[in-house]
Amino acid sequence: MTAIDPTAHLTAEQIEELGRELDAIRDEVIAGRGEKDAAYIRKVISAQRKLELVSRGVLLFSIFPPAWLIGTAGLSVAKIMDNMEIGHNILHGQWDWMRDPKIHSTTWDWDHVSPAEQWKHSHNELHHTYTNVIGKDNDLGYGIMRVDEDQKWHPFHLGQPLWNFINACFFEYGIAAYDLELGKNLSKRRRKSPEFRARARAVGRKIRKQVLKDYVIHPLLSGPSFPTTLAATFTANLVRNLWTHSVIMCGHFPEGVQVFERRSIRGETRGQWYLRQMMGSANISGSKAMHFMTGNLSHQIEHHLFPDLPSNRYAEVAVKVRALFEKYELDYVTGPLPKQVFSAWHKVFRLSLPNKKPKVKTPKVKTPDREQELVAA
Amino acid sequence: MTSAALRSRAWKMLEMVTTPLLPSDYLDLVSPLRAGADLRGRIEAVHPETSDAATIVIRPGRGWRGHTAGQYVRIGVDVDGVRLWRAYSVTSPTNRQDGRITVTVKAIPDGKVSNHLVRRVKPGTLIQLDQATGDFVLPEAKPAKVLYLTAGSGITPVMGMLRDIEFDDVVMVHSAPQPQDVIFRDDLHALVADKKLRLTELHTDTDGMLDIARLDELVPDWTERETWACGPAGMLDAAEKHWSEHGVQERLHTERFRPSIVVAGDGGEVTFSTTGKTVDADGATPLLDVGEEAGVLMPSGCRMGICFGCVTPLKAGAVRDLRTGEITEAEPGVLIQTCVSAAAGPCDIER
Ligand code: FES
Repeated sequence: MTAIDPTAHLTAEQIEELGRELDAIRDEVIAGRGEKDAAYIRKVISAQRKLELVSRGVLLFSIFPPAWLIGTAGLSVAKIMDNMEIGHNILHGQWDWMRDPKIHSTTWDWDHVSPAEQWKHSHNELHHTYTNVIGKDNDLGYGIMRVDEDQKWHPFHLGQPLWNFINACFFEYGIAAYDLELGKNLSKRRRKSPEFRARARAVGRKIRKQVLKDYVIHPLLSGPSFPTTLAATFTANLVRNLWTHSVIMCGHFPEGVQVFERRSIRGETRGQWYLRQMMGSANISGSKAMHFMTGNLSHQIEHHLFPDLPSNRYAEVAVKVRALFEKYELDYVTGPLPKQVFSAWHKVFRLSLPNKKPKVKTPKVKTPDREQELVAA
Repeated sequence: MTSAALRSRAWKMLEMVTTPLLPSDYLDLVSPLRAGADLRGRIEAVHPETSDAATIVIRPGRGWRGHTAGQYVRIGVDVDGVRLWRAYSVTSPTNRQDGRITVTVKAIPDGKVSNHLVRRVKPGTLIQLDQATGDFVLPEAKPAKVLYLTAGSGITPVMGMLRDIEFDDVVMVHSAPQPQDVIFRDDLHALVADKKLRLTELHTDTDGMLDIARLDELVPDWTERETWACGPAGMLDAAEKHWSEHGVQERLHTERFRPSIVVAGDGGEVTFSTTGKTVDADGATPLLDVGEEAGVLMPSGCRMGICFGCVTPLKAGAVRDLRTGEITEAEPGVLIQTCVSAAAGPCDIER
């Protein structure tokens, strides 16, 4: 928790100016979108499909250890590509401008147990709109963890390092449960609502298909390699889950990232919304390959500012965004993956215990109170 | 079990293997033109016709069902990464031996697709295709006398007809600004030399626009001829009036390339309820453009009101047909053509 609001030095005018400068960055990318970008996503999709095909082909012979190793590694990478650079970004509508019905947020489906429709609602609508607002953004600790001093401590949180680890291993199921808002919907009354039941059925169908494919059909097709293929697909899913969980933890959990109170977003202006995204996200630094494997979510700050810009543009946008952070004397939270993962986990451990010091009432990151301003004006 | 049932079983199995994708997603990687794939075509050559028109040679996918002379085909081309659909008349004969088809495209000012096709597209490019359609075609029974009345790129569907079937007595009156603007000029003059066509070529830059009253002098027996006319709306309007004044309107067949827009409506707030987008629209912008601007995936084709590739349920409110000014109100089952409809007050489009 930050005792001092790191944006306190900005005037309302400056915040709006910052918003305009960010809009200009956005407009420039949109005006420059074109053939090269389209070719990029098509190439990535085609490479992913080929890699998956070849890897599954190799796994037919996974009874031989080298084949198991190569096939499992390939399948893990293919699954990561599917979920991150391709699925996450297409489902954000980043490629809708191409008007290709096959690469469109309304038609895409991914190698994941959460149905695309539900994920789009909980992620694109809820998480991206209410980023890091306590009580509004369920991503904040996925509803099972305490990741900020301002969240109330409960003895249940003592176990949160364990919950987090289990969640990491079975992350895709965690996401599906989270998209269903399972916790909130388990009460007797809610459980019975037809809307919830329909959504739960959709998740059930998707899980059945995914499990059948990975753990029944492909192993069966491998004949004598049945058990090794089964182990391989399980491993690939585990690797993918651990990887995506780590990347996503780095997006909002590391030290230095701000959370916001519910009332702070009342009457939020565009500039203030941008500012909240800037302060509520964190990046991962690294090589091109690293950015690619995170689906460019290593550029989480840029992604949160412009969730619908094509992912291949975040790197160039990041240079300009970072310059704005400097200009407005704001802290650009970034670091290499191990450091950020450690920082996020450290927080999970630290906040599993109640706050050390008695909580002092300090101003949280708070956007200027619009009503007061209006009265003053 | 029948073989069809077996095949569908096998396909179901395959779908389980490839879920959440479809087997075709993988097959497309290697064979996009195969039978059973979404219909596509590959551009194999681009031949310039005039300074701003070119003939595009397309190898259609295996699912292509052929065309009738005079019909058009909708093609989806990626221009600057964005897929745009347009309709073009097929200019190749129906019996072309190599299985390819051609469309002939005139680059119109600011035309995104036409300029791309005429000036930039490279052989080898994959495009999306629809089956050929349109009823601007020749009848089964051969008419004794034929008149083709064309102007500008209106020559294209007629060229498809000329190349397809020979008639004993064919006259053509074709207008273009200057001799070098006449698309297929060499082909036409070759037909004339072979005595297969009588041609009156009008150069509007020097001769002025065709005055329909002059037909009596150019083609004295025009009332006896089965006529196919294609060109700008002004010419077609005049022709329709002229033919019906002489009581021979059933002899005239016309094809319009662009809707003639008569009324601009009031506009209003448009909701695309499937996507949950709401935007303000004026009364003159087609809802297709409004949706596309808002990032909604709108199906489209000709964009001129003839292919019905853009029909979408109208769930609430009213729209105005930009060609006729006619108002359509929402009712269960009402579909509208978004390319020629604009908002006439608030409305809700199921997209
Ligand atoms: S796009 Fe062809 S009728 Fe609308």
